[in-house]
Amino acid sequence: MSTVDFKRRQITGRGIPLPGNDIDTDRIIPARFLKEVTFTTMGEHAFEDAKKQNPEHPFNSPVHKGASVLVVGQNFGCGSSREHAPQALMRWGIAAIVGGSFGEIFFGNCVMLGIPCLRASQEDLEWLQRELSRSPQSPVMVDVEKQEVRFGSRTIKATIPDGPRNQLVGGTWDSTAVLLEAGAAIETTARKLPYVAGW
Amino acid sequence: MARTLLDKVWDAHTVRTLPSGQTQLLIGLHLIHEVTTPQAFQMLRDSKLKVRMPERTFGTLDHIIPTTDQARPYADPLAEEMAVHMIRNMKDFSLPLFDMSTGKQGIVHVIGPELGLSQPGMTIACGDSHTSTHGAVGAIAFGIGTTQVRDVLATQCLSMAKPKLRQVRVDGALAKGVYAKDVILAIINQLGVKGGVGYAYEYAGPVIDRMTMEERLTVCNMSIEGAARFGYVNPDTTTIDYLRGRQYAPAGAAFDKAAAWWKSVATEPGASFDDVARLDGSAIEPMVTWGINPGMSVGVSQRIPAPESAPEADRSTFREALAHMSFQAGQPIKGAKIDVAFVGSCTNGRLSDLRIAAEVAKKGKVAKGVRALIVPGSQQVARAAEAEGLHDTFQAAGFEWRKAGCSMCLGMNPDQLVGREMSASSSNRNFIGRQGSPTGRTLLMSPAMVAAAAITGAVADVREILK
Repeated sequence: MSTVDFKRRQITGRGIPLPGNDIDTDRIIPARFLKEVTFTTMGEHAFEDAKKQNPEHPFNSPVHKGASVLVVGQNFGCGSSREHAPQALMRWGIAAIVGGSFGEIFFGNCVMLGIPCLRASQEDLEWLQRELSRSPQSPVMVDVEKQEVRFGSRTIKATIPDGPRNQLVGGTWDSTAVLLEAGAAIETTARKLPYVAGW
Repeated sequence: MARTLLDKVWDAHTVRTLPSGQTQLLIGLHLIHEVTTPQAFQMLRDSKLKVRMPERTFGTLDHIIPTTDQARPYADPLAEEMAVHMIRNMKDFSLPLFDMSTGKQGIVHVIGPELGLSQPGMTIACGDSHTSTHGAVGAIAFGIGTTQVRDVLATQCLSMAKPKLRQVRVDGALAKGVYAKDVILAIINQLGVKGGVGYAYEYAGPVIDRMTMEERLTVCNMSIEGAARFGYVNPDTTTIDYLRGRQYAPAGAAFDKAAAWWKSVATEPGASFDDVARLDGSAIEPMVTWGINPGMSVGVSQRIPAPESAPEADRSTFREALAHMSFQAGQPIKGAKIDVAFVGSCTNGRLSDLRIAAEVAKKGKVAKGVRALIVPGSQQVARAAEAEGLHDTFQAAGFEWRKAGCSMCLGMNPDQLVGREMSASSSNRNFIGRQGSPTGRTLLMSPAMVAAAAITGAVADVREILK
């Protein structure tokens, strides 16, 4: 696979609105589904309990099946560090998330999987969620590079900090290779620390 | 210019600035457990990578293990499979594992400080959000995901952005019956569950200064519940006294050198912060959560608030919380009936927590129909508690005395709520489904308050019981 495949400049797909604030990673994937040594089955359990408890849950809706842009509220993905949460969303089909704010560990895990999470204003999010409910078949374009989201004739501002944006746009979000490039500087840094070097 | 602990520790661990603008941050201590690591080890194997600094990673078993019969194989085949993978991975990559046979097994955030692995001035990462706990010793300690665990194993580094820093000052003095858990619940209530996005918290002020290390661990543990990825307390004599004599702490002349360096990483007088928040510790009463996130709390003498009292954007969550909990706005939290009482977890599973709970347990018997569990945070905590006879106190009062593990904090082992059971819990999360039952309900509170609820059968004010 060439590095071109890793670049996340723009992501276009159908959208799925998920209103509400503080949706935690236990809600995205309950802990009982974490008893797996791989991530392969995670997509089947995305929002499993929430879907059972609420027949109207967007992840139950046939019209949103195949959507790839998730539009959420504030503090989405708060709580547990479980990467199983973004893995579940990714394996369900989500490729980009637009929201008011994100749990920081969740945000970092998404970067590691090449899923951009962009922040938009409350007003714009409510508008986009309304539009997506009305026109679930219309495409949403998440432009990571330009930090905007386009739907129909309207473009809204959606931001992502420079570091993660550069990683996603440049295709360097799969970070092991980049970190290894530091070479011996890693050990040099370690040896300067008294608790590593010895007291 | 005066520097903060965050500045100093961050700079000392910076390998380089990455092309993306992120920091390549060296991780001084990597702690791992069985749930968030098997995929990371598989990624290493798939990429034919080695563990870069095997002497800097330590593992334990905590999330999936039963707290009754811990003999292998575990009754749950999925749990057994995770244990098998953990043991094999640690062996294959030559990493130390604190399993049951070592006598040092326990919840990862209990054993790190307890063994003296977690030290001031370190960067500490673990595939668990409550890694913020270790900030109590004056470390920069944060949770990471599984792919990041792979990066730490393979490179001993992470790609990170330095957060802003908010000092959270707790002034005054705590009243009797008010504990560290109440302080952090009050902080989260005041600053909000999203208040810490983009921030690290430096906890300071007379209340924090006077806290024991175990109390500071409780406070830092729940930083992430206020959205701060990490929180810390500056190292002081309490920190140094706590670390002296611990297995992985330096000994002899090396300890004095270490202590001097540990003190030197503390925030300097006059350092500036991106924000400062203040709380009056004297005004904090025993706290109880009534909702579905840790910010939804009230003092035990107060009533459950109405959705209209919340900002408009949060009102739907308020209504959802009231519906899930079957509470009415305006109802006093005191007197809410409970079915289960749980003392334990990385938040409140240490010896001092068990001592406080035992003191309350002496005042009565577990109420009829209440299932009450006491789960020590580690094998060492269990042994110390048993040496003091705390297990006898608990059992005499009708509490179950269990073996060390994460237990009922999360639904990954046999200790789970059933149906709509209401739990008084000393753990850290009241999210819907968190304690194993999708319809189960959780009230977070201090271990003393949990014990008070257990003997009352309902939310009670521990100050009245301890009178």
